[in-house]
Amino acid sequence: MADAMQDTAVRTSRTVRILIYLILLLFGLFYLLPLYVMLINSVKPLNEITGGGMMNLPQALTFAPWAKAWSSAQIGVDPTGLSPYFWNSIKVVVPAVVISTILGAINGYVLTKWRFKYDKILFGLMLFACFIPFQIVLIPMARMLGLMGIAGTTSGLALVHIVYGIGFTTLYFRNYYAVFPTELVRAAQIDGAGFFQIFWRILLPSSGPIAVVSIIWQFTNIWNDFLFGASFADATSQPMTVALNNLVQSSHGVKEYNVHFAGAIIAALPTLLVYVVAGRYFVRGLMAGSVKG
Amino acid sequence: MGFLDIDNTTKSYGALEVLHKVDISIEEGEFLVLVGPSGCGKSTLLNMIAGLEEITSGEIRIRGSLMNGVHPSRRNIAMVFQSYALYPNMTVAKNISFGLEMHGVPKAERDKAMADVSSLLQIEQLLGRKPGALSGGQRQRVAMGRALVRNPDVFLFDEPLSNLDAKLRVDMRTEIKKLHQKLGTTIVYVTHDQIEALTLSTRIAVMNGGYVQQLGTPQEIYDNPANLFVATFMGSPAMNVLPATISVQHGKPVACVALPDGTVVPLRLSQENLSAWEGKQILLGIRPETITDEDGADRNSKNVVNFTNRIIVTEPAGSDTFVTMSLGGKDVIARMRSDANVQPGNDFQFAVNMEKAVAFDPATEERIAS
Repeated sequence: MADAMQDTAVRTSRTVRILIYLILLLFGLFYLLPLYVMLINSVKPLNEITGGGMMNLPQALTFAPWAKAWSSAQIGVDPTGLSPYFWNSIKVVVPAVVISTILGAINGYVLTKWRFKYDKILFGLMLFACFIPFQIVLIPMARMLGLMGIAGTTSGLALVHIVYGIGFTTLYFRNYYAVFPTELVRAAQIDGAGFFQIFWRILLPSSGPIAVVSIIWQFTNIWNDFLFGASFADATSQPMTVALNNLVQSSHGVKEYNVHFAGAIIAALPTLLVYVVAGRYFVRGLMAGSVKG
Repeated sequence: MGFLDIDNTTKSYGALEVLHKVDISIEEGEFLVLVGPSGCGKSTLLNMIAGLEEITSGEIRIRGSLMNGVHPSRRNIAMVFQSYALYPNMTVAKNISFGLEMHGVPKAERDKAMADVSSLLQIEQLLGRKPGALSGGQRQRVAMGRALVRNPDVFLFDEPLSNLDAKLRVDMRTEIKKLHQKLGTTIVYVTHDQIEALTLSTRIAVMNGGYVQQLGTPQEIYDNPANLFVATFMGSPAMNVLPATISVQHGKPVACVALPDGTVVPLRLSQENLSAWEGKQILLGIRPETITDEDGADRNSKNVVNFTNRIIVTEPAGSDTFVTMSLGGKDVIARMRSDANVQPGNDFQFAVNMEKAVAFDPATEERIAS
């Protein structure tokens, strides 16, 4: 078995291989450099940073900057730390991801298994949602949110992200379900299953990989969104990204770089976590449909 | 009125009519096979019986009640699909009982029905597995189990054997036939394989180009094809069709066929009314198994004609040997016993049973009725 595999592999000499790995290692380290700078400077007292030596390891290890960024740093006018805004982000992201994914799945199901006249045109129009620049919808969206009475709330912000996300999630699920055998749906129809029963009992249990893709995509985009957060949220409903900006901007007097670094890492952690937990399904889901098997 | 009536049914997609006035009526317990080349409309017709495709005009009735517009689940039918269409996320047991569950059958009854069906099909040991862990033949059984458990009025099979390898296909074919004989169910079965059609059916509808070319028992279809399409589609190797000129000798019609060397062989016809075609050309249809050596000729036949012709190719196939010759400018295949003394390039004395020969009008390709 091992011999057979060696025969088919491209033969490279040992030295060439070592060289390739060395270069790759170098690139890898270079890519990780910013993370290194952020991490070590977030656990240093401020004077170690201002005294130069950004790249040095901390002489006095301290987690005070993390605590301060989380619970007592000055954000805008109040010394609340990032924690209330972290929860704001959660309140926006969780419903927005869940609802847009479910709607995308139902759309994909209808567009592939319950075909109707002009369904392709409708799908084409929905794809346009993926290409609409954020800037041009800002003012009409603000007006709509005002009319609905949810301007400046996390629910309003979640709604914006749901509407924006449907285009992407529909695209994912439609393409995934397009290769899902229609005979299964027909068999279920003959068995007497209804529209939602077929969706719930037959399609959804086989949709794991594409659901992961949709969730990761939506989660990262919504969590990292700044423009909608800055435009549609008020002081009490701002998401993490806007709060982080305020933290960095509003410090009067001394710039507390160590706190800023800690805050930036806290803001990035959830997306990192999602990648680590579900990353391998992400690739699998993206490949599904394109490769048969 | 029959058990399943397909009454003047058509199907159109927009302006394009793909099924033209299909008229079939079958009795309870019949095994109807719809056979034809791909694109002939056989699957469309099956889907219309199932309710998966709308009926453009005409009526389909099961047990006398009109099915037009009735939802598939309320027609009391069950279908076995070509891909089996087993739900990949459910165990075999769940797959079989899903339909009953959807129809609101209580759990105890479902379990009983499932136990009966799984013992009938000998799939008890598979009940806990998912479809992904089954072989092709096992999946086929489970798909049939899923249909059987519903105890429907009509079973619909859509090319159920075409995904199996050759040996398994023959085994499953016998299995389906046994099941039909045992349960006496009414079956509509779609296939493009004419052997499946002949072996399984009580009646066959041969379809081409959206028309039912002929509806009849396997014997009728094979011995008395209505037209050239049916004659050549059914049977393997296909029926030999060769041009022949009719002449009348001693008051009897004779088909004159040219040998490669230019001599003409008079083949005496059993169909008397062909005298009316004197001097005209017909297409003569001869089944390969009716051309043999003299010893192998049918002793009960009153009309065996002998002639000598050169053998071009021999193809030994174990039980038979197929011999190709040239007759009337066409390659003609004869089916010999495997021990017949045939050599390519040699002249050979053939015997053809002209009682079984059929004649077609070259202009319409319809059978010249006797």
